[in-house]
Amino acid sequence: MPDLTEKKTAEEIPAQAAVAADAKPEKARSLGSDAWHDLRRKPIFVISALLILLLIVIAIAPGLFTSVDPRAGDLRLHYLSKPNYSHFFQADWFGYDLQGRSIYARVVYGARASVVVGICVTLGVTILGGIAGMVAGYFGGWVDTIISRVTDIFFGIPLLLGSLVILNAFTSRTIWSVVFALVALGWTQMTRVMRGSVITVKQADFVTAAKALGAGTGRIMFKHILPNAIAPVIVVATIALGGYIATEATLSFLGIGLQDPTISWGIDINSAQKVIRTAPFALFFPAGMLSLTVLAFIMLGDAVRDALDPKLR
Amino acid sequence: MGSYVLRRVLQMIPVFFGTTLLIFLMVYTLPGDPVSALFGEKAADPAVVASIRHKYFLDQPVWKQYLHYMGNLFQGDFGTSFTGRPVSDIMAGAFPVTIRLALLAFVFEMVLGLALGLVSGLRRGSLQDTLVLILTLVVISIPVFVLAYIAQTVFATNLGWVTPTVQNSYDLSQLILPAVVLGSLSLAYVARLTRTSIGENLRADYMRTAVAKGLPGRTIVLRHLLRNSLIPVITFLGTDLGALMGGAIVTEGIFNVQGVGNVLYRAINTKEGPTVVGIVTVLVIVYLVASLLVDLLYAVLDPRIRYA
Repeated sequence: MPDLTEKKTAEEIPAQAAVAADAKPEKARSLGSDAWHDLRRKPIFVISALLILLLIVIAIAPGLFTSVDPRAGDLRLHYLSKPNYSHFFQADWFGYDLQGRSIYARVVYGARASVVVGICVTLGVTILGGIAGMVAGYFGGWVDTIISRVTDIFFGIPLLLGSLVILNAFTSRTIWSVVFALVALGWTQMTRVMRGSVITVKQADFVTAAKALGAGTGRIMFKHILPNAIAPVIVVATIALGGYIATEATLSFLGIGLQDPTISWGIDINSAQKVIRTAPFALFFPAGMLSLTVLAFIMLGDAVRDALDPKLR
Repeated sequence: MGSYVLRRVLQMIPVFFGTTLLIFLMVYTLPGDPVSALFGEKAADPAVVASIRHKYFLDQPVWKQYLHYMGNLFQGDFGTSFTGRPVSDIMAGAFPVTIRLALLAFVFEMVLGLALGLVSGLRRGSLQDTLVLILTLVVISIPVFVLAYIAQTVFATNLGWVTPTVQNSYDLSQLILPAVVLGSLSLAYVARLTRTSIGENLRADYMRTAVAKGLPGRTIVLRHLLRNSLIPVITFLGTDLGALMGGAIVTEGIFNVQGVGNVLYRAINTKEGPTVVGIVTVLVIVYLVASLLVDLLYAVLDPRIRYA
């Protein structure tokens, strides 16, 4: 049993000291700049943000990181020619896959599919779900009832299962068909978060004041409620981004997501699993990059939540 | 209480119909023809195709197909798959396996998740706490199919404790490794939720009272702290039980468990409409009942919550 009283004071003192130190020199900051002020000092945020920045650079310009063509296979170099660790880092550290393609080049080029799917799906669900949640929360009544029941309906269908059914309808699947399927099934999560947040903010005095001053519905919704209700949505969206990247890889792994000319870690993990006993590194590198990417986004989401959640202050 | 349950059940009805209609539309209106697929490479005889379409009601508009399906469903008839096997037969073979797998995973994530969350929540900032946080973060970021291969390589190929894939899906001891893999992601969430919840409740007034009264540590933690901290965890566990049963597609595939996930995956790929809709309907019912039970459990855990 921990000593409760001691724990409490120990936690409070630095918090109070921080408040006192912060309060003096600076004037009141908005939630956004306050969060940014907090975030810059957090090692977890800095590490994950740098990782994500690096990933985005890799996704935009993979040619900067390798000069090897990820689709060029050399059968003499197939997966049984074990990676050569005898010299300083070179691309063949990662080894070659079944068709003698450089695993390093494929890992580098595979980042694009994951990053694009993750960001586009997150943007899609946030915009679509955000609007639906805003409308439901602000207008209430039968509009809310209908939107809430529709969200309930979508919640009954698991994301992976539903996207399997949708993607099965596409004969040739690109990044955009995967994005479409995930947005079509995922928007309701954001609707719930946004709706709850808008309902809380709607009751605030400043909204009543804005109404009394004669502000129109659009102005109240976008100028007054949205900036104050968006924080939980941003948090959920950041954490969900990592989840969407993992879902894309899972779908590609199952053979129902992206298809071969597109380079995706999921596809590579799927082809590597056939040789897992003889060439575990063929699975290890794409799987490692995938996990690292998901990890970066989840850490970023955690840090952003700590900074934005007023309850933790 | 009774009227609350009744109201909730009434609210479940439109959701049930909406979800089944949604999956019905997804399965039956998306492009791809299951009937011509039955003929494989051979050219299909139009007369045979027409008779099969008529037999499965596929020549009717979708809304009529849905009404027909629902009419049969309420008489306990899940329809027949395109291969001629009754869907209820297929489900009777697959569900017992998946229920075992899901329950094993559920017990695993609940017991270990609560224990880890309790240990780290009680001693925030300690070594155990940091370890639990790092461990859960790693588990959350490794996708389940990667985790499955790691488990397979380590425990089956290297250590030889188990066979790489399951040989008899009804044998509980063989299901342990797939269940651990299946439950690990939720285990991480349960541990983190419990940790946060316990951290919040540690500072509550009733805790100070309990300590001041001189209650023994075990009673304080188990009776006062844990019971109050369980509500968010129970919410998660309740919705997760349904997810475990339907979301085992990847794990069941990799470990060759002949359960619902495997059957569903095959059915989706071969556009076996009746099988997909039947299984999803059962999963939706499980999900709805689980979320109702969760709400009722709140009142047990927190006497302040009353359902009038």
